[in-house]
Order: sequence, then C-alpha cells, then structure tokens
Amino acid sequence: MRLEKRNHTSPAAYVLAPVGAVVFTLLISGLLVLWAGAPVGQTYALLLQGAFGSVFALTETLTRATPLILTGLAAAVAFRARLFNIGAEGQLYAGALAAVAVGGMHGGTGLEWSPYVLFPLMMLAAVLAGAALLLGPALMKARLGVDEVVTTLLLNFIMLLLVSALLDGPMKDPLSMGWPQSVALQGDMELSKLVPQTRLHTGLLWAVSLAVMLWALLARTVPGFDIRAAGANARAAAFAGVPITRTVVLVALLSGGLAGLAGAIEVAGRTSYVTLDMSPGYGYSGIVIAMLAGLHPLGVIAAGTFVAGVLVGADSMSRAVGVPTYIADVIVATSLIAVLVAGLLTQYRVRWK
Amino acid sequence: MTELLDILANPAFWIATLRVATPLILGTLGVLLCERAGVLNLGIEGIMVAGAFTGWLAVYAGYGLWTGVLVAALAGAVFGLLHAWLTVGLALSQHVSGLGITLLATALSYYGYRVSFPKVNTPPTIEPFAAMDWLPIPILSAQTPLTLLALLLVPLLAWVLLRTPLGLAVRMVGENPQAAEGQGISVAATRTGAIVAGSALMGVAGSFLTLSAFNAFFFNMVNGRGWICVALVVFASWRPGKALLGALLFAFFDALQLRLQQAGDAWLPYQVYLMLPYLLSILALVLVARKAAYPQALMKPYRKGER
Repeated sequence: MRLEKRNHTSPAAYVLAPVGAVVFTLLISGLLVLWAGAPVGQTYALLLQGAFGSVFALTETLTRATPLILTGLAAAVAFRARLFNIGAEGQLYAGALAAVAVGGMHGGTGLEWSPYVLFPLMMLAAVLAGAALLLGPALMKARLGVDEVVTTLLLNFIMLLLVSALLDGPMKDPLSMGWPQSVALQGDMELSKLVPQTRLHTGLLWAVSLAVMLWALLARTVPGFDIRAAGANARAAAFAGVPITRTVVLVALLSGGLAGLAGAIEVAGRTSYVTLDMSPGYGYSGIVIAMLAGLHPLGVIAAGTFVAGVLVGADSMSRAVGVPTYIADVIVATSLIAVLVAGLLTQYRVRWK
Repeated sequence: MTELLDILANPAFWIATLRVATPLILGTLGVLLCERAGVLNLGIEGIMVAGAFTGWLAVYAGYGLWTGVLVAALAGAVFGLLHAWLTVGLALSQHVSGLGITLLATALSYYGYRVSFPKVNTPPTIEPFAAMDWLPIPILSAQTPLTLLALLLVPLLAWVLLRTPLGLAVRMVGENPQAAEGQGISVAATRTGAIVAGSALMGVAGSFLTLSAFNAFFFNMVNGRGWICVALVVFASWRPGKALLGALLFAFFDALQLRLQQAGDAWLPYQVYLMLPYLLSILALVLVARKAAYPQALMKPYRKGER
C-alpha cells in the first residue's frame, strides 16, 4: 500500500469525508449495540433525543459542551504551534484552584471587595495559573528540547495530587463534613443562568466568544501568523525573524490560559467549589475535540457540542434501553480515528500494488 | 527516621516494590521497542486496559492463566496493528493516533465489561497466579511467574536490540530510515513488527494487574501506569537495563509512600511522596534532553521516496 498526494481535491470531498467518517462510526458502534442486545435504530434515536430532543436535553448538552469547547480551544491553539499540550486537565484544575483561592477570599477574610473587581481578578488568576503550568514545559521544549508531551502529561498527575493535598489540608472546607472539597464561591462570584431552571450558565457565551476571538487572532493578526509559522516549521520561522520565545510564551498563555479558564468557569458556573472529580477528563477530551475540528477554533464549537451531545445522550439512552454509557466513549474514539483517516484520504490517494 | 529504617529492613517492602514495578517493566519495554523503531506509542494506557480486561475475561471464561496472558498479548497486538496502520501506513500524527487508540481501547474494554456483566456490583473474581514458593531466591519467591517473565525479558530485549541483525534493523529504522531502506530493510514492515510486538508486551503488562496483582477487573485500574512507562523510557535513555532501574526506582517511591502513610509517621502529606516519582521523571527528562539520546527518527513518518 502506498500513498500518493492528490493534485486536486474536489470541494465535495471535504464535506463527504467527515460525513462518511461519522456514518462508518455509527455502523461499527451499531454492532456493539447489537451485542448488548438492543435495537440499533431505537438506541440511536434515543441517544439523539437525549442529547437534543428537549429544552432540558439541549441545555444539559450545552452545559457539558462549555468546558469541552474551552479545553478544545486550548488544545487547538497549542497544536497549531505544534506544542503538544496534553496537560489541559492539570491546567483546568490549576485554574479552578486559583479561582476558588481568589473568589473564595470574599466575605470570610474581612476584606469586602466589590464583585466587579473581584470577579475579573478571579478569572485572571485562573488564566495565569493555567498558563503558568504550561509555561514550564513550553520553555523546556523551546530551550532544551524536552518533549512536552511527557512533561505536560506528568504535570497532570502532579497537579491532581496537589489538588488532593490542598483539599485535605489548607483549602479544605471546614464545613464539608470530612469530604475533600474546597470552600464554595460566594453567590456574587457565580455566573448567572442562561436559561432559568436549568444548569446552563453564561459560561457558554464565554466559550463561544473566545472561539471567535481565537479564530480572528489566528487568521488575521501577526502573532497569530507567528503561531502558525512556528508550527509549520520552527527553524524556518526563526530564520524568517519570527520571535520564537515570545511566540512560545504567547501559546502557553493562550492554551494554558484557556484550560485554566475552563476550570474557573466550571467552578463559577456549575460546581461552585473544587472537588477531585470535578472534571471527568475534560482536558483529555479537549484534545479529541481539537482533532475532530481539524484544529479550527470555530470547528471546536461544533465538535465540542457533538461530543457533549454523545455523552449526555448516551446517559439517558442507557437508562432507557440498557446499553452501557461507555458506548459514548466508543463513538467518540472511533469517530476521531475515522475522521483522521477520512481527512487523509481527501489529500492522498491510496495505491494498492 | 527509625520508622524509615524499619520499613527498608522489612523484606515485605522489597516484595511490594518488585510487585509494583512489574507492570511498569513490561510496559516500559513495550514502549521502548516501539520508540527504538521510531514510533511513539501513546496507545499504551488503553492497551494496558485492554490487556487487563481480555486476559481476565479469558480466565474467567475457564481458560488457563497463561492462555489469559496470551489473549492479553493478542489484544495488545491487534491495537498495535491499528496503530501501525495509522502511523506507518497512513503516516498520521503519532501523538494523535496513540491518544485515539488509548481512548478506543479503554472505551471498548469498559463497554465490553459492562455488556458482559450488566448487573454486578462486586467485580467477579478469578484464581490468580500463585507465588513461586519453589524458587530458592528471597523476595523473588514471593512473586508470581509474570514478574520473573518481566525480569527475564529485560536482558532478552537488550540482547535482541543490541546484538542481533533483527535488533540492528529495528534501531536503523528508528535512527535513519533512508539508510535502512538503502540496505534493503523494509521500513514499513520493521516498524509494524516492532509496534505489534511492543503493544503485545503492553497487553501483558495490563494482564499482570488482573491475573497477578489483583483477581478482578476494575474501572480505572491502570490509572496512569501507561503514561509513566512513556516517561520511564526517556528516563532510561531508550536502554532496557536502565528501564528496569527506572521502573524499580518508581516502584520504590510508590511502595514507600504507602508504608509511610500506614505507619502514620509521615512528616508530609502522602501526596507529596506520590508526586516524587513524577517530579524525578521531569528532572530526568531535562537531564537526558541535553544528551539528546533519543532515536533520531522518532515521531518522523517515513514515506518511500519522500524527503
């Protein structure tokens, strides 16, 4: 088997490739649904209904999509610069901790900050905390050539252990009845609800606007060009006068900052305090979402909603027909691989000989 | 301080260290083999889950323990073949393919477990490997045959990699695929073989958890061990002997923190001890980076005739 670069790719291929990938995924996953002894058509219909079929379903999906879009953007901007940031999970927790450390000062310490001052400070602290966690690995890569995949991955474990230590000790809520959870944010530090009587909060608007801003930054500005140039060919970019260190710092600030913000927005919008299980792997899912989106910030909105929909829909489908919820992870993983292969086939032709 | 000395003087501590190290040794050898051929395999975390699940399932279904190990190796090999197709055949990003495989293998295993056992609350158990009491070597005699296998595989892999024509071919495609092709070595076939064999080892590493360390399959039982193996390979400068050393060191700290916690005499939160191996790994990465010992073609896809 051999790959040959296509001279020309028809516009239809770009549309058909992802569609074909999703169809392929549903067929493969359908076999697994059959194995569980459930009717495939009904299972998929219930999944779709559970994800988008009612106001409640839709708001749950969008609530789940909010952190996923943010971590997806974090991965996309880093991968664009070919900085393989696998550490969004740790950066998310760093942001959540920083948010509670700043936003939780309120009231108890005798300081009476205006929420209009404290709220931006809280979000800024989360961004800086996430960025700081990525800056080390990013600089180590740029300066020493240390593989950032492994360092950012290891920092996830270190960060989770740090959270665990802090929630057992200095940051533990004395009123939590022994549970390892932090003090809660005051009500005026929390994000307001987007739809009353649901969990959907204004964090979604943050995520969507940041996606648009990131797209504009990458597509329309000089630093954005530098990021893409550094990713395409670091050595050539340096030769052409792209400030590499400054670009690395910028990418760390954007990527780590977005992941940190995801943590702060989860705390301010949904949980109101930090626990060890506040993220069911949003950082890792963000990588998948960025890849599904072809590293395009606007695509991340769609991919994040798709993944959130599959996860939320599978929950309610599972209760109805008894197919294990893990089918959602199978669908996400299979579609990732299928989309990658399909994307490749739009650019290359396979020759069998 | 006396607590610490008591712990170190107790053979049970060293038995635990070697037991904790076993899956790390097997997994690290697997990653090492892939990377020596020039391919990063971040699929390890999921492949270990798949190995743990399928190996256990085979034994639960009534097959022997060694059949279980073989089944785990086979499951690893299948995912390895997929990784090889994606990274060698289609030249996709090795990072992304590996992460995709971790996700897929984990999801399939958890799904398979839930479909097979929909209603159980306590995980069903099997009779795991027994200790090798007949072995007249202290500490090792308290281990199961899989630990012995892991220890024997270290010199074997070192010998194959460094002393045989096959090992030379693997190292060549990892260092300079153009030159290897010039020597008449098929880069694609050699890399595929190395990934499949390495992934089979990862499957066995996972099966140690269900067939030896524990007697059941749990969710999250691999719990980042695969990622640690990826770091250990760098720590080991891609050498099997040093990989053994790294795995033992990592396990030493892991076992130590557990005992200090049990002794109730820890001066620091137990999490700090758990962090130590990760911090040491990062430190080691920084030190190794200066020497740039990594295989030169690592993570670089190779297409015949393209430069």
